[in-house]
Amino acid sequence: MFYRETGEFKTSYKADQATFPIRFEFFVFWTVVVLAFAVVPFFINDYWEKAVFIPFFVYALGAIGLNILTGYCGQVSLGTGGFMAVGAYACYKLMTGLDIYIPMGFDDTGTMAYHTILLPPLNIVWCVLLGGVITAIVGMLFGLPSLRIKGFYLAVATLAAQFFLVWLFNKVPYFYNYSATGQITATETTLFGFAITGPNAAPVATYLFCLSFLFLFAWIARNLVRGRIGRSWMAIRDMDIAAEIIGVNPLMTKLSAFAVSSFYIGMAGALFFAVWHGAAEPTEAFSINQSFLVLFMIIIGGLGSIVGSLIGAAFMVLLPVLFKNIFVGAFGWPTDLSEYLQLMLVGALIIVFLIAEPHGIAALWRTTKEKLRMWPFPH
Amino acid sequence: MFIVDPFFWEVVISGLLAGVMYSLVALGFVLIFKASGIFNFAQGVLALFAALTLVGFQTGQVPFAHLVNTIFGTNIHHWGDGLHTLIAIGFTLVVMIGLAWVIVRVVLKNLVNQEGIILFMATIGLAYVLEGLGDVMWGADVKPLDVGLPSGPSDTVIDMTGMFVEKLEISAAVVAIILVVALTIFSQYTKMGRALRAVADDHQAALSVGIALETIWWIVWSVAGLVALVAGIMWGAKSGVQFSLSLIALKALPVLMLGGFTSIPGAIIGGLIIGVGEKVFEIYFGPLLGGATENWFAYMLAMVFLLFRPQGLFGEKIIERV
Repeated sequence: MFYRETGEFKTSYKADQATFPIRFEFFVFWTVVVLAFAVVPFFINDYWEKAVFIPFFVYALGAIGLNILTGYCGQVSLGTGGFMAVGAYACYKLMTGLDIYIPMGFDDTGTMAYHTILLPPLNIVWCVLLGGVITAIVGMLFGLPSLRIKGFYLAVATLAAQFFLVWLFNKVPYFYNYSATGQITATETTLFGFAITGPNAAPVATYLFCLSFLFLFAWIARNLVRGRIGRSWMAIRDMDIAAEIIGVNPLMTKLSAFAVSSFYIGMAGALFFAVWHGAAEPTEAFSINQSFLVLFMIIIGGLGSIVGSLIGAAFMVLLPVLFKNIFVGAFGWPTDLSEYLQLMLVGALIIVFLIAEPHGIAALWRTTKEKLRMWPFPH
Repeated sequence: MFIVDPFFWEVVISGLLAGVMYSLVALGFVLIFKASGIFNFAQGVLALFAALTLVGFQTGQVPFAHLVNTIFGTNIHHWGDGLHTLIAIGFTLVVMIGLAWVIVRVVLKNLVNQEGIILFMATIGLAYVLEGLGDVMWGADVKPLDVGLPSGPSDTVIDMTGMFVEKLEISAAVVAIILVVALTIFSQYTKMGRALRAVADDHQAALSVGIALETIWWIVWSVAGLVALVAGIMWGAKSGVQFSLSLIALKALPVLMLGGFTSIPGAIIGGLIIGVGEKVFEIYFGPLLGGATENWFAYMLAMVFLLFRPQGLFGEKIIERV
């Protein structure tokens, strides 16, 4: 009844290419945005912020990033956890004042002489953005083998990135500023006078901060994949040799996918560390399980769909919260048992989802929309 | 020169024996990949599950005791003194075969003709289910596993060469050799083995000459369960049955890449190369880099190797057409 394009006439190319061609969809989208920006902040409390919203925003950014690489460009990656670690550590170094040592050769006594550059601690926005940029550079480095290694072989090659990066952040004291515990802890930073990181950050401030990042970059991603770059990614995904023959440069396309994807994942890692947890330690926080979690999100949400990344992230963030509330809260079962059952149920749900709709919730949503257009007269 | 240094050879041999362990897991991967084109991520968890079940039967644990106790407020944990090791192994095999049947009927049958990544994800889901199931059934604590394999350093080898070699690792190598020979005989000289190879070669053609695909898959997953059980026994006897056992599945991946996904000899040789490589690298270069290089060396080696030979050592040459 409501959801149909009948009676909506387009008189310009611009209107025809709109992201939301149907008026109803357009209104629903902006209602959600206004609710998220202007209404939720008045009701948010600490539990909802730390357990639901911030995890959702962080993982949604990561999922969009991985979806660009895996869903749009077809390069399977299991290195998400490692790239998130790069973003987190880059953010940490920038927020505590980056120190760069440039070797200037040996002096008379045979020791290495360094030229030292000290940067002042940067604003948190710059920390997150530059964290993404640094991750993009690292991601491009690890993306280089993708030109020769394809399919599952590449998935395993990205495991090299995962394990090597986590090892690096464990072993090189420079990255954690020589702290005794080997942990990194976020310092207090402010934006417009409000604390964003550190113990004094208010739920409203962190909520709006992360939401703005997600909104802005989801919007950019949505437009990126509709344009020339996105189409070249999809061409490479669908058949790389054919794409090469029609003039898509595989080097530029694959590397740009790795760069953009890592940029998003790096920002997710920076927010994960600085805003959500406030402290991190590489072995636990950025383990291979993070990589799988984000991969699940995009598979369940839908490969090759920005909306799917958001749905998948919401699903995988909310599911454990829900299970925990049912098993521990309602039944009063011990937490360890609830954790095992949760593991089983998540695994089973993944299988059920793959059997029922291998292309994710986004595909389910698409069919629902088609049905809604016809409703109530399906023929 | 390090070639004549007995310490170097000790490192190499311990690497070779560790490599045998990797090969055992990789073998299960290759079997399933060849027969069904599925990249079975759950192979490591399968080994963990098999080992947990074996220990459970051996010590007489009641399955799901924790869950039952929580729901009904009872306090059950053991039903007796447990079974003899060989009987327990027999029962575990039956469980693994049953599990293979369930996996094929519930998961794989419904995912025929899907893309590789979807199947891969399904096996990750499967890995989660099995891991949770193993924990709920038998508890998540570290369990010692003793199946009566000899352990401790081998005196004969020390006397002959002055090198320190674990008896357990030698027996693992012997078992692995027996397993590979048995698998080769099974696949080359039995009717069932021929059917397996036919399916591996071409699904459609195999179907058209009347080979039941589902039965074949069931058999392959059962054999993979058997291989997982052997791997589980070896790793469990070495370092106890615990969750980290399922992580060896990840180590098996670079082994597979080196050897090529479709080659059984490749899995063995890949395992040996990785085993020796990471041990030697850790001993001679690890201290320079801060140690614990075993975490990533295998993957890096495999990645660099693939840059020169994208299909692995013995994999089928990848031919791409538009």
